Amino acid sequence: MYHYSDFDAAFVRERVAQFRGQVERRIDGSLTEDEFKPLRLMNGLYLQLHAYMLRVAIPYGTLNGRQMRQLAMIAKRWDKGYGHFTTRQNIQFNWPKLADVPDMLDALADVEMHAIQTSGNTIRNVTADHFAGAAGDEIADPRPYAELLRQWSTDHPEFQFLPRKFKVAVTGAEADRAVIRAHDIGLQIVERDGARGFRVFVGGGLGRTPMIGKVLRDFLPEEDLLPYSEAIVSVWNLLGRRDNKYKARIKITVHEHGVEEISRLVEERFAQIRPNFSGVDQQMLAAIRKQFSLPDLDDRPTDGFTAAYDSDPVFRSWVDTNVTAHRRDDHAIVSISLKAHGATPGDATSEQMEVMAALAEGFGHDELRISHEQNVILPHVARADLPTIHATLREAGLATANIGLASDIIACPGMDYCALATARSIPVAQDIATRLDALKVERDVGPLKIKISGCINACGHHHVGHIGILGLDRAGVENYQITLGGDGTEDAAIGTRTGPGFAYDQIVPAVERLIDCYLDLREDPSETFIQAYRRVGMGPFKSALYPEKEAARAA
Amino acid sequence: MSRRFTPKVVTANHLMEGDAIWLCEDDSWTRDMSRAEILEDVAHADLRLLHAQAQPHIAVGAYLADAEPTPKGPQPTHFREAFRTRGPSNYDHGKQAEADL
Repeated sequence: MYHYSDFDAAFVRERVAQFRGQVERRIDGSLTEDEFKPLRLMNGLYLQLHAYMLRVAIPYGTLNGRQMRQLAMIAKRWDKGYGHFTTRQNIQFNWPKLADVPDMLDALADVEMHAIQTSGNTIRNVTADHFAGAAGDEIADPRPYAELLRQWSTDHPEFQFLPRKFKVAVTGAEADRAVIRAHDIGLQIVERDGARGFRVFVGGGLGRTPMIGKVLRDFLPEEDLLPYSEAIVSVWNLLGRRDNKYKARIKITVHEHGVEEISRLVEERFAQIRPNFSGVDQQMLAAIRKQFSLPDLDDRPTDGFTAAYDSDPVFRSWVDTNVTAHRRDDHAIVSISLKAHGATPGDATSEQMEVMAALAEGFGHDELRISHEQNVILPHVARADLPTIHATLREAGLATANIGLASDIIACPGMDYCALATARSIPVAQDIATRLDALKVERDVGPLKIKISGCINACGHHHVGHIGILGLDRAGVENYQITLGGDGTEDAAIGTRTGPGFAYDQIVPAVERLIDCYLDLREDPSETFIQAYRRVGMGPFKSALYPEKEAARAA
Repeated sequence: MSRRFTPKVVTANHLMEGDAIWLCEDDSWTRDMSRAEILEDVAHADLRLLHAQAQPHIAVGAYLADAEPTPKGPQPTHFREAFRTRGPSNYDHGKQAEADL
């Protein structure tokens, strides 16, 4: 994985020192809140409902054991002993005190981490496929490009006053595990005539006006990545609307001007700036790429794994859901579920972080990933070690076998923490998962993505959930709208609203009716929820959701 | 015709801890909403908000929140304000876990 250069290390330390001074000046009264707020946001510090919140970047979701241990230490020393992993592969600490934040940032800098550009109108943490470098289906590891983009976008002089935030995601495979079509720029590594390049999507995004990204270039040569990205951001920086923050994202710019016009402007700008990129970026990319080489994986027999798989049903069930094929047959990718039934999606205690760090160091070539689905990944483990890993995870309460199932729910922090939220989302996720566990149906139900947001900004990705739930404030009462048919993969689709929303105490029964409805109407167990929805449409699900209406119509 | 003024309290987040605080009649701040000053007059409420906004070393983002006067002191009327008096629902953290400071 990438290690800081002297430049990176000095840059991050300098930012911490600057912020330390800014915090001191805020506390002694030299800075007003209006002056301080943009400075703290540049360093990932929010003021939420009950406390400050520090959002720490985990670039493209990759970290090592030492970094995970440091996150555990920070949570224990300056927070309440846990952290919350987010849908943008970051971690949030929910209870820091203002005076402690500079020390927390210094502790992050000790392990080559920071909170820069995790907030504000900046180019945010570049996200990537959490199976990068390990998946069998990828053309190339997307992380070297993500790191190049991170370096290019950090403190980029042209982009200090963007209309709004800007998010980039990269994947190296056709199967989209990084929701690239819901990003301002989505990059998919492709090959054409033996040359490597990118399919470039632009103008995707969720939030108030959800849009699926449009193809801006079907094939962008690899060496044009930075100038072309710069051209896109540059065109948007001039065109993007600063009069209305709800219309400021590039998805609206693309929608208002049309993708053809945006393409014309981007190509024009690209032609102008391309000569400035002399090839230094490609030299840097080559150096970065060396740091992302596949670890040396020993040949390991798999007999022990097979014996355990055949004899231990609990282990088998966990392998079936939480273990994914690695590019090498004798290895595997482990997804550690942070979705124990009834627990807060994405939360891990300091002790759990330490267990995961130790597993990465002991069995996983010191690599961990955070997925946008708020789980933790061990990308390179020998199948022979899976029984030991599983046993260790079980002791730490981390062996929930539900990856990809209905209780593997994405949920934003919602009104339990977030100052923008209009309703709670965490307890809805907890209650749905608890109910599913009581019913013991989720294995039968199979792959089903439920995603919950506590406001229209859609941090919980509800628009691309097979079942999406949006919490709103309706006349001073929490109310939950349901959407169906959303999809965050390469078949990206925005879900369709079912109809009127549900009260807080009615949303879990409503989801249960949807699941029952699916079980009744599927052709056979191999037809998934989303496939069944695409076959039959909204009708039957709507009837199941609103039985009173159905009865009134029949009468 | 303007809408009738409903009772309010002045609330904000504390600069150092970031938690919810409410303005009392004696100009101090409390972490217990029921001890806050209830404001039943629009002009007085505006004055008290100005007073709060003039204390940036204590209070961040001061605003007027609806509250119901009760014999036990002001109580929240909206669920968001109710959550601010307690803390999150997923853990016993925040005000619900702490004695009044």
